Amino acid sequence: MAQASDFTRHEHDVLIIGAGGAGLRAAIEASAAGAKVGLVCKSLLGKAHTVMAEGGVAAALANVDERDDWKTHFADTMRGGQYVNNWRMAQLHAQQAPDRVRELEAWGALFDRTPDQRILQWNFGGHKYPRLAHVGDRTGLEMIRTLQDRGIHMGIDVHMECTIVRLIKKGDRVVGAFGYDRERGHFRVFQANAIVLATGGIGRAFKITSNSWEYTGDGHTLAYDAGADLIDMEYVQFHPTGMVWPPSVRGILVTEGVRGEGGVLRNRDGKRFMFDDIPELYKNQTADSEEEGWRYTQGDRNSRRPPELLTRDHVARCIVREVKAGRGSPHGGVFLDIAWIKDRLSNGEEHIKKKLPSMYHQFKELAGIDITKEAMEVGPTTHYVMGGVRVDGDTQMSTVPGLFAAGECAGGLHGANRLGGNSLSDLLVFGKLAGEHAAKFAKQQGAGGFDKEQEEQVQAAARWALAPLERQASSAGGEAPYAIQYELQEYMQDLVGIVRNEKDMKKGLDTVLALRQRAGNVVAPGNREYNPGWHTALDLDSLLTVSEAVARAAIERKESRGAHFREDYDSKDEAWGKTVLVIRRGRGGDMEVTRETIGEMPPELKTIIEENR
Amino acid sequence: MTTGTFRIWRGDRARGEFQDYETEVSEGMVVLDAIHQIQAESAHDLAVRWNCKAGKCGSCSAEVNGNPRLMCMTRLADLDLSEPVTVEPLQAFPIVKDLVTDVSWNFEVKKRIKKFTPRPPDAPDGTWRIAQEDIDRVQEFRKCIECFLCQDVCHVLRDHHLHDEFIGPRFFVHVAALEMHPLDTENRLEELKNADGIGYCNITKCCTKVCPEHITITDNAIIPLKERVVDEFYDPLKKIFRVLTGK
Repeated sequence: MAQASDFTRHEHDVLIIGAGGAGLRAAIEASAAGAKVGLVCKSLLGKAHTVMAEGGVAAALANVDERDDWKTHFADTMRGGQYVNNWRMAQLHAQQAPDRVRELEAWGALFDRTPDQRILQWNFGGHKYPRLAHVGDRTGLEMIRTLQDRGIHMGIDVHMECTIVRLIKKGDRVVGAFGYDRERGHFRVFQANAIVLATGGIGRAFKITSNSWEYTGDGHTLAYDAGADLIDMEYVQFHPTGMVWPPSVRGILVTEGVRGEGGVLRNRDGKRFMFDDIPELYKNQTADSEEEGWRYTQGDRNSRRPPELLTRDHVARCIVREVKAGRGSPHGGVFLDIAWIKDRLSNGEEHIKKKLPSMYHQFKELAGIDITKEAMEVGPTTHYVMGGVRVDGDTQMSTVPGLFAAGECAGGLHGANRLGGNSLSDLLVFGKLAGEHAAKFAKQQGAGGFDKEQEEQVQAAARWALAPLERQASSAGGEAPYAIQYELQEYMQDLVGIVRNEKDMKKGLDTVLALRQRAGNVVAPGNREYNPGWHTALDLDSLLTVSEAVARAAIERKESRGAHFREDYDSKDEAWGKTVLVIRRGRGGDMEVTRETIGEMPPELKTIIEENR
Repeated sequence: MTTGTFRIWRGDRARGEFQDYETEVSEGMVVLDAIHQIQAESAHDLAVRWNCKAGKCGSCSAEVNGNPRLMCMTRLADLDLSEPVTVEPLQAFPIVKDLVTDVSWNFEVKKRIKKFTPRPPDAPDGTWRIAQEDIDRVQEFRKCIECFLCQDVCHVLRDHHLHDEFIGPRFFVHVAALEMHPLDTENRLEELKNADGIGYCNITKCCTKVCPEHITITDNAIIPLKERVVDEFYDPLKKIFRVLTGK
């Protein structure tokens, strides 16, 4: 039983859960609006997954190609998402991203420059023009550090190494959160007038992933448990190029920037296979010769993109096709070759090191490979979830009053597939909006306050959190948390992964439900002080919730669209193109999936899409 | 498959000792993989920080065979596995538990450093013009992943514990990045001399040697800052000028 002395209490106008790009941007905005802001992060400040983003921030600055504008960015985003995106979010995102990038520069970020001394932009998959503002291939680090350094001078209370496990509600509204500090294992109770979820993704539900241990779907689960809607959960992005060898680095990301700089994909026979299958939707925009593709990567404005820069879902599936056909590399991937550009550029080696320093370093140190001389072995890796908390496009508020979401844990912007670079711009644009509107809500609605019922919710959460530790004293004989986590990751990868079918997914769902039963009896040895076994036992709850949501939505959507690809329904179905799948807890407590029709797009946005076909 | 022995420091603020763990070693493994394997097999509550496992976040700093390293970037193939591999927490910071130390001091130090203060925009649209060659050097400093290995190895912090008077190499790099930022207008020289204790650095270059991002901390950041402090406060001609002019 938890004692009163176990609880440390905090009061904030706005509590932000998650301190990656979206959380930090939201914190800065809410703080600037005069709110007393608390920022909670599971890791140390500045270590969130954003730090690993390599490619850049997509924003139609039009610094490299003046033909670019927000309309083209909007159309590219909708096409990439296969038109099931929340069009209002796609519109705001494209319109506001340039200002968010310029603002970062005003806060000290130093982007690479054009010859005329403006912010440089480079090519990325699915973007018509060079659009990604970047700092070599370490843009995420630049962004998170800029936001972190800006934030620390604003009086934000940062609660590092703290995990939130429950939201506290009063009636319909959220009024607080309950969690524990990882260091001592003490409980923390936060009272807040508004809460922003910015917890990132769910990638740790899969075996091969680019995501850190933190990506266990906490925000998705907190929102779901609090009664909010989740949407688009069937869309899980497998980035086409993760490292595949040696085994211990499997899944670590290889930036799309490698292909943007002219890197090509080849199979075992040395054949450049991406020209073999160019989707109808992209025929007009794709190069029809290797020569044209090369010219595009070198900035020729009249050339079209090489097929390596098609959207991630498509490239990932082409790689899977090559591997399944027995044309893969020795370790189950394909070859990504940037070294070949030496044939075209006299300073090729230096160029690669300058443009891709982080990749050069990563392969050299982890795989013993010099990418200026040899090809890399790559294969798909779980990278991003397009699905998340359903929010209002203008305010980022979820269907639960006072609960906001931004960044990867919010759904809608990316539809069925996210374009590279749209994640960092998503964080900035919607992090800002979430912070702004959370502060406004907090001011207008005031404190919800805690009374007896909220204190009971706190006590129930505390009992739940302590259970895995207390079970070791009983004779229950439950399992260790790591075993269940590994089993879940294996099953999700195999059964609800890149290529899906009904039979496998149903087996996957049954497995998830069975694992939930076993997780209810999990045992964490040791005490409450910095105990990763205990932390993993609690994280399992979120992992299982999001895994179930992904499996249920994927079974329901009987077509292939974007990142959701089914062998048994291998093409797009127009009727499904107007449908979004919503997941919420049903009255009986079980997870329910419902179909909803997407709202009609305003004529002016339709026109933009038509003009950019 | 071979087996490796890992001599891991286990304990808390009050006490601790090394314990040996054996685990199987396979191709390409790094120290962090071995730690995770041991955690899953036989030490579920072994405390360790990590995030990206790709040398980009700077979370998994520790001392491997006595050397400050990122565990995720230390390949077992480069270590002598006929002997136990020693893994222990950073020495310059208080222990929390096992391999985790309390690095909160670093976050407090950063708050004290005067923030970035840009000059007015160059163009009417509120943007700036900056040449790439003017930012190459600063971009080097901005590669810092805040792993704090340089802080760990610096004798001023590690041996003399002058945390109250000296901000350490990481924050000299941070101040250098601000001072050499082409847009910044702030002056941090007085703080460098007084509150930040740059005079304590005697340029042993240990910090540069351990930096996993290969930032030339001493030559490119600390020495230029020291020179600017000397020019500002110890230049005899400037002193005479000040006496004569009263400025």
